[in-house]
Amino acid sequence: MSTASRRFLRPDLLLAAAAVALGLLDGPLGLGLRDPMRGVMVFALLGLGLNVVTGFTGLLHLGMAAFMALGAYAFAICTCDIYPFQIGFWPALGVTLAVGAAAGFLLGAPTLGLRGDYLAIVTLGFGEIAQDVLKNLDAITKGTQGINPLPPPSLPGWGTSGFGLQEFGPEEGPWYWLFLVITALAVVGCRNLERSRTGRAWLAVREDELAARCMGIVPIPTKMYAFATGAALAALAGGLWASLYASTGEPGNYDFQVSILALCIVIVGGMGSVDGVLVGAVAMIGVANIALPKLAGWMQAQGLVTASNVLGSPNNWKYMVFGVVLVIMMRVRPDGLLPARLERGPGGAP
Amino acid sequence: MQALHHAAASLPLAVAALGAGDGGGGSDVLMQQVVTGLSNGMIIALIAIGYTMVYGIIELINFAHGDLCTLGAFLALTIAGAFGMQSWVGAADAAGVVLLLVSAAAFCAGLNWTVDRLVYRPLRNAPKLTLLVSAIGCSFILVNLALFWGGLPMDVFSGGVSAAAPKDFPELVSDQNLLGEDSRVSVTRSDLMVLGVTLPLMVGLTLLVRFTRLGKAMRAVAQNPTAASLMGIDVDRVIGATFLIGGGLGGFASVIYALYNNTISFQMGYRTGMDAFTAAVLGGIGSMPGAVVGGLLIGVARAISDGYIEARWTNSVVFAILIATLVFRPSGLLGAKLRDKV
Repeated sequence: MSTASRRFLRPDLLLAAAAVALGLLDGPLGLGLRDPMRGVMVFALLGLGLNVVTGFTGLLHLGMAAFMALGAYAFAICTCDIYPFQIGFWPALGVTLAVGAAAGFLLGAPTLGLRGDYLAIVTLGFGEIAQDVLKNLDAITKGTQGINPLPPPSLPGWGTSGFGLQEFGPEEGPWYWLFLVITALAVVGCRNLERSRTGRAWLAVREDELAARCMGIVPIPTKMYAFATGAALAALAGGLWASLYASTGEPGNYDFQVSILALCIVIVGGMGSVDGVLVGAVAMIGVANIALPKLAGWMQAQGLVTASNVLGSPNNWKYMVFGVVLVIMMRVRPDGLLPARLERGPGGAP
Repeated sequence: MQALHHAAASLPLAVAALGAGDGGGGSDVLMQQVVTGLSNGMIIALIAIGYTMVYGIIELINFAHGDLCTLGAFLALTIAGAFGMQSWVGAADAAGVVLLLVSAAAFCAGLNWTVDRLVYRPLRNAPKLTLLVSAIGCSFILVNLALFWGGLPMDVFSGGVSAAAPKDFPELVSDQNLLGEDSRVSVTRSDLMVLGVTLPLMVGLTLLVRFTRLGKAMRAVAQNPTAASLMGIDVDRVIGATFLIGGGLGGFASVIYALYNNTISFQMGYRTGMDAFTAAVLGGIGSMPGAVVGGLLIGVARAISDGYIEARWTNSVVFAILIATLVFRPSGLLGAKLRDKV
């Protein structure tokens, strides 16, 4: 393969081209894929956040859903008309990022000295407590009703009535492009971070904490930056998710299953590989939210199962899919579908 | 092992203290919470031993352990349904309860051994987090199997509809108050059943670990697997036996949990498993007496939180205990100070 063609066959460019093509062709061809793809992109953002923590820095995090929930509720409290703030979509996204980063720092400060598996359990506990708090403080969070209605995004001059801020309507086109741009920005941001001084420190801590310390890297602040960055991305995903559905939904939507879904995305794609996260998000959400319902519909149409049968509902297979994916990937391909490429030193040593 | 005897002794003491504590109303409520808490604590402790044994020997947080217990409880309900067991009548029912205990224990032991053989054993030399992620995967698979199991077309599973709904478990051991109907504190036959099943198992396990060849081999592998294999110990066999025993204890625990609480659901393993794991960490992971002490403490903490804070905050209380223990005293109450193996 020539250098030039290798340059254009990079997975990220192929994915970007596919996403643009899907956006342009979906309407004319009537595929109806732009709608679920918005969800895929939200989970890609969540996966990118987890990838910073688990992929780059090597810290297993089992509570990403809590940061997503925090982002969704921060966005809701800033924008919903039952609260006094109502600062609008874009300022609220800014607040969401800040709240996420602050929460990441706060969780990281006391816990990042712990060993790997203990840290994983602490993050899991944090996720469960966050969910309980959201459920039980119903004076603020409206309990299981969730906070709604929430405003859609707005951009200048999209509509017919002049050049003011125009809110998005129910039509999915503008949403798709906006989410695509935000995801692309996050991807570029993650790549630049990976190559930055902090990012290289993350990789060093992941590979060998002792060696990293010998090179002058102080592990705990380094890990805290990773936690905060990951949490901010997860919160952003939560804010966009809430805006997409015009509601935070109930706190139970941000449960352990969502954290594990994020983990599946990172592991299937390849830990530490930004392109991998995108592939993982398409694969996992594609299977869970697009393929499984279609398969179940087909099986019911063929009369193989009935809707009341426990095996007939696609939702009942999700745990099984996640579980089998994790077990098989760990056994067969622990580096994922698109493994992160390690920089080779002289003599080809990784 | 001294702590184990302390823990075991505390339950009869608490029961004996009840007779004296019949006076004030407030202390009655507290006493009742303590009795319930200790009974649930013994169940949690039995599950916690399964976590701590596996962690002690291969440093794996066996995430799937709680969900293994769920399947044990579902098997017990299936058998109870098939034999039409409904309530305690006489000796025949005692035999029925024993049948439930033994079959669930055998099933869970076999299943735990199989999971280790198929999933964990090929990953013995993999990084620790790889193993943990596999265990999370197994946990999800087992949860899903329990969900499907709940859809069986049997009367006890509500005829196969609403598989996810909690299932009633027949009250095979009576909840009648043994202290008489007038007493405001109730100690029931099921409280005694919990004690009667868990205590002999814990004593038996202690004897096994201390005095048998297998127990010695287990302690050797826990200390240093390489050195143990150089001494001619078949490490994989010993690890398999550990999973077998831990699973068996989990099976017993699942049945007494179901008999004591009279309701089971496909997600109960996650909740109970987290309690048990917290208990294991609180007591000092890797330490068996620690698991028992931790289990009793968590059981009582849950009951007190239910009674005095609010039931909806109880899970958060347990997780807060877990996080606080890990952050401030990662070696737990009775655990040895661990040094990271490099």
